[in-house]
This record gives sequence, structure tokens and C-alpha cells, in this order.
Amino acid sequence: MPYVWLLALFLIPFAVVFKISLSDIALAIPPYTPTAKDGIWNMLTGLDFENFVFLTEDDLYWKAYLSSLQIAFFSTFLTLCVGYPMAYAMARAPEQWRPTLLMLVILPFWTSFLIRVYAWVGILSGEGFLNQFLLWLGVISTPLTILNTNTAVYIGIVYTYLPFMILPIYSALDRMDGSLIEAAEDLGCSRLKAFWLVTVPLSKNGIIAGCFLVFIPALGEFVIPSLLGGSGTLMIGKVLFEEFFSNRDWPVASAVAVILLLILIVPIVLFQRNEQRQAEAEK
Amino acid sequence: MAETAFAPWDDPEQKPLIRFRNVTKRFGDFTAIDDLTLDIFEREFFALLGPSGCGKTTMMRMLAGFENPTSGAIELAGQDIAGVPPNKRAVNMMFQSYALFPHLSIWDNIAFGLRRESSDKAAIANRVEEMLKLTRLEKFARRKPHQISGGQRQRVALARSLAKAPKLLLLDEPLGALDAKLRETTQFELMDIQEKTGTTFVIVTHDQEEAMTVASRVAVMDEGRVMQVATPQRIYEAPNSTYVADFIGDVTLIEGTARARAQAPEAPDTAAQQPSAPRGPSPNALGIWLHDKVLAPVIGARADIQRQLPPPDQSDTKLSALSKDIPEGGIDIVWTDDQPPLIALDADAALDGTQVTLALRPEKVGITKTRPEGAVNALKGTVIDIAYLGNLSTYHVELAGGVMIKAQTANTRRVARREITWEDEVWVSWSGTAGVVLST
Repeated sequence: MPYVWLLALFLIPFAVVFKISLSDIALAIPPYTPTAKDGIWNMLTGLDFENFVFLTEDDLYWKAYLSSLQIAFFSTFLTLCVGYPMAYAMARAPEQWRPTLLMLVILPFWTSFLIRVYAWVGILSGEGFLNQFLLWLGVISTPLTILNTNTAVYIGIVYTYLPFMILPIYSALDRMDGSLIEAAEDLGCSRLKAFWLVTVPLSKNGIIAGCFLVFIPALGEFVIPSLLGGSGTLMIGKVLFEEFFSNRDWPVASAVAVILLLILIVPIVLFQRNEQRQAEAEK
Repeated sequence: MAETAFAPWDDPEQKPLIRFRNVTKRFGDFTAIDDLTLDIFEREFFALLGPSGCGKTTMMRMLAGFENPTSGAIELAGQDIAGVPPNKRAVNMMFQSYALFPHLSIWDNIAFGLRRESSDKAAIANRVEEMLKLTRLEKFARRKPHQISGGQRQRVALARSLAKAPKLLLLDEPLGALDAKLRETTQFELMDIQEKTGTTFVIVTHDQEEAMTVASRVAVMDEGRVMQVATPQRIYEAPNSTYVADFIGDVTLIEGTARARAQAPEAPDTAAQQPSAPRGPSPNALGIWLHDKVLAPVIGARADIQRQLPPPDQSDTKLSALSKDIPEGGIDIVWTDDQPPLIALDADAALDGTQVTLALRPEKVGITKTRPEGAVNALKGTVIDIAYLGNLSTYHVELAGGVMIKAQTANTRRVARREITWEDEVWVSWSGTAGVVLST
């Protein structure tokens, strides 16, 4: 059953995209040749790796990949820095508050993702709430330019993916036996040392899961960089979108997608391994 | 054991290792520990025994440093330890859940505390090996806690808490998670290790058998107060309250009024209780008037001499038989109208007239088909229940007044040949010193 699922929802679409990536651009519907109309044999012989070669020739593509990796990496790190204390505070909160706190973490999902990102435009723009507030406080005298910079993209990604970081870390911390910390203190650890030697290692699996859950979607993110990022924000998701819809170059866009997938396979496999190990350890 | 050399609590010269002085601990409105004063001496194996919620765990957590007393002082080796954080105390604790670090191997778990205070790798390794040997865990050093059995985990927890050679080791229900058989062997192991290391152990338990087995002294607690602190023998043989008597072991409690016994043996006082004048109806004025006016013509004049009730002949003969060869002194306990009083020879005659409870251990109560010769206390009853424990049987005997009394005998014969069975009329008997008289 899981294999049928995998076949229908992943392998078949992937095969289609892969095939397109090996085709040539054409002014037709669909906008590439050869297609199955030309006969199976003609179609197969007409395929080549031209588009992949093209990706290496124009430095826009590998720069976009690298920049995406960088942005995804740093925003994952920032999300962890924001998310861990929140998860920790939730796990330490009185029992009767925890369902409410969990609810509050999940609450943003009740609104459309697009609207929430648009809201940040209103907050971060030159005349936005944030600048208005800082001007009123007298901290700054001229509005800060945050919107359409990488900073805005980081803020957007951290905001959007924070629940994906908090939930696995919270569940790891929640499961932890409180007497372990007491035992560490009893054996001579200060509070901080006990946190570092016991709490952090025991929430490791939660941290890893959270990081992958943020990193993987952030890498291919399109909406956040196109709404909050500027012309200088280079992310592969944006490039992919432009190839498809602005250039209508489906074969190149497909090649970009295939490479992105290959890059993502590494963290996905690592994530799966982590989940598996965790499941085994709990047995 | 109390008679052996080790009894520092009887020696006024000895300085206690731990002193609780008027310690009170409150959590909001709830008083967990109520004005508690207690001394624990070096090398003791001290048990805190009580039902859950009696404050014993709070006491232990105050010793470990996880809680601070609301008022009063706790001294460790003469120094007030209030406010000293747990990581700065020469006290280690073995947690009820063992609290082994799941991400570390057994070896690293034991080394955990040592690494915090020294960086001498060779010394740490030596100490860990020593602990592994002491707890017979050498083979499992490289395993993770989830890869070993419950009993082994218990030993790892013990090794880890002993590794730093604390002045005081606290054990919070250390054997609670083990099955009965393993618990028994582990109890002896614990005593053995305590003797070998010479560490002062304080154990918290709700299992009275466990406390009696391992401890040099037991403190029985209830609702934040210590009811009695004494050696296991004294706790069992001479409880100071009905609470302690009832909590420790099996017991029958009979309430009654104490009456000092005369010095010379004489007819029991119950005989005197029977009024010398025969008892009968004693009509009031209206009754007399009615009789004289209405009934006298019919049934004759009212008899001033009241009609006599038949004397309780059986108990009378029993009492006179009893009183012949019973030593003098002690008290009688009058507990019901239709039974002879119970005799406690070693009780204080000053209790005369007060309400008392006689605590009787079932193993000190004999059970026979016929009335035993020369028994100081003997009562007749019916066997209601028999609890067969293998080596012992406990008989629940209902006396004439509805009081249940427990008697225990060793099963020296096979059950099939047991001569007493359900619904049998039996005699329960005990000596004049078998029971403990507690004032209520």
C-alpha cells in the first residue's frame, strides 16, 4: 500500500518531470518536443541532457542553488534559536496550560499561508507597523528598509516554519523524565550544565526532526522570497517559477526541479534515518 | 540487632550526622512536614516508613536539596544545609524511577558524577570499575540502560549514586519496581553494600517488611509527623500508638476500659460488677401507682424483692478457674459486657479508668479446639475465615460479641490433616504479656 502511494504521488510525477527535462523547448502545446505523439521510439531517441548542460553554463542557476542552501540553512538555525526556548517553556509550563499553548502554536495554520505572508508586507514595509512603532519610540529617525531584503525573507521563513520546529522539540522535551535533571544536579551539575548534558542530548531527535522539517521546505521556498524578498534575493524556487511561467521553458524548469530534488534527497534520507533510529530506541 | 554494639542512638556522646530540628514544610495550604525533630547517626541504615502522602518523600527531597524547609533547620554533620543547592551537597540520591540517563552507557552513567568533580581519567576509570564490581555489573558496562533488566538498572542507579562516596545516600523506594523474589535478594544486597561502604543510608519506603528487613532504625510517619522512631524489634513488639501497631504487621485491636488489678490474686472484678442484690425491674412512681391501683387486686401485691436474672454461669466458672493461677499486677481491660475482661500483666496500673486498646499480634494468639489449660486469656469463638499463606495460616475468629480476632499458627501438618476448619467452635488464647496496651 505505501508503495502504491509512493508510485502514484511521487514516482510517476517525477518520471514525467524528468522526461520533460530531457526534451527540447518548442512553440507548441505542450511547449516541448518530442512527445508521445511522435511515437515511443522517436520520443526516446529525441531525449538528451542538453538542459542539464545548460544549467552548468549559466552561473545564475548554481548561484541560486547555493543562495537557497544558504538561506535555508541560516533560517533553519534562526528558527531553532527561536523555537527551542519556546518549546522548552511549553514543556515546563503547568500541565493545565499546555493544551492551550499547543493550540496557540498551531493557531496560525487556521489562516491562509499567503495572507499571513502578505501581512508581513504590511508590517515590514517603509510605512509599515514596525517602522511606525520604532519611529514613535524614537529609536530610529528614518524608516528602515526591511521589506524586499534577505532579512525579510529570513523573518518570513522563521515565522512560517516555527511550528514545525517547536512541535517535535516540544514532544521530545515533554517525554523527558523530570527526575533526570534532578539526578544530574544531585550528581554535581549546575542547572546550566544539567541542561547541556542531559536536556539537550535527550531532545536531540526533536531538534534534528525540527531542523529537517524547516530546512526541506525552506530550500524550495517560492512564495516568501517572491513576496518579501527583493531583486537581490536569489532562491531556486523563484528561478523555477520564472522559468515555467515567465519564460515558458518547461524543459529547463524541469531540469531545475530535478536537480533541486536530488539536492533534497540527501536531507530527506537523513531525516528518515533519524526517525527510524528514534523509533528503534523507543522500543 | 538492638543488642549488638551498633546503637549510636542510645549513646549520648554520639553526634548525629543529620539533625532535623523543628522542621516544617508547607506547600501552599498543605503541611507536608509538621514540626519534625529527628536525629540520624553515621553508618545507620535509617528507614522512613509510612503510607503515601505522609511526607517521607518530602523529607528525603529536603535532605537532597530539592526542597527547602519552610521553617526549622536541617543539619548535616553539624552544618545547616538550608539553601545549599543539591550539586553542592555531599549527599546523593537514588531515584525511585532510577533516573538513569538513557543516552549514556552504564559506564558513563556511573562516571557522570565523578566527571563533574575531577578530570583525572585514570582515577575515574578506577572508581567506575570498583563500582561495577561492587554491584556485579562488569558485563554490562557498555550497554545502554534500556538494554538491561529492571534489577540491573536498580544496581546501576545504586552504583551511580555511590560512586561519589557520599556522606549520606538517599534511597527513594529503591525496590519498588522489582518483583517480590528479586526484591528480597536485593534487600540483602543493599544491606551488604551498606556494610561494605559504611555509608549512611536513608531509605524511603511504604513497604513495612522492607523497612524492617534492612533498617537499623525505622521512623513510622503519618501526616507529616513521626509517630515512632525505634529499632524494628521495638516498633513491632512495643509500638507506642495504635497507628504504629496497625501500620506495622498484622494486628487485632480491642478497645476497652482499663482497671488496675489488685496485687493479690482474687476473684475478678467482673464478679463484683454483678450487683450483690438481685437485679430486676425497678418501676418508677407511675408504675408503682399503676400496680397498686390496677394490678394489685388481680395479681396480688407488688413484690419488693426484685426477680433475679439467671447468673451467667459459664463465664463465672471460667473466671474463677482463670483467677486461680494468674500472677498479680497489670490491668484488666473491660471491653464488653458478656465476656471476661482481658488481662495484660505488664501494663501500667496507672492506666486505671482510662480508655485503652489492646494490640494483639496474630502469631502470639493460640488457637485450639478445647480450652487450653493455664491460659491467662482465653475466649471462645467461631472460625470465619482461614488465610492460607503456605508456611502459616491466619484464622479469623469471631467472638461472641461480634469482635474479630486473628490467630496465626505454623502449618506443621498438611492442610488435609488440619484439625480446625471453617465454622468450628474454637478457643483463642494468649499469655498475659502477649498484647501491647496502648492508651487511646
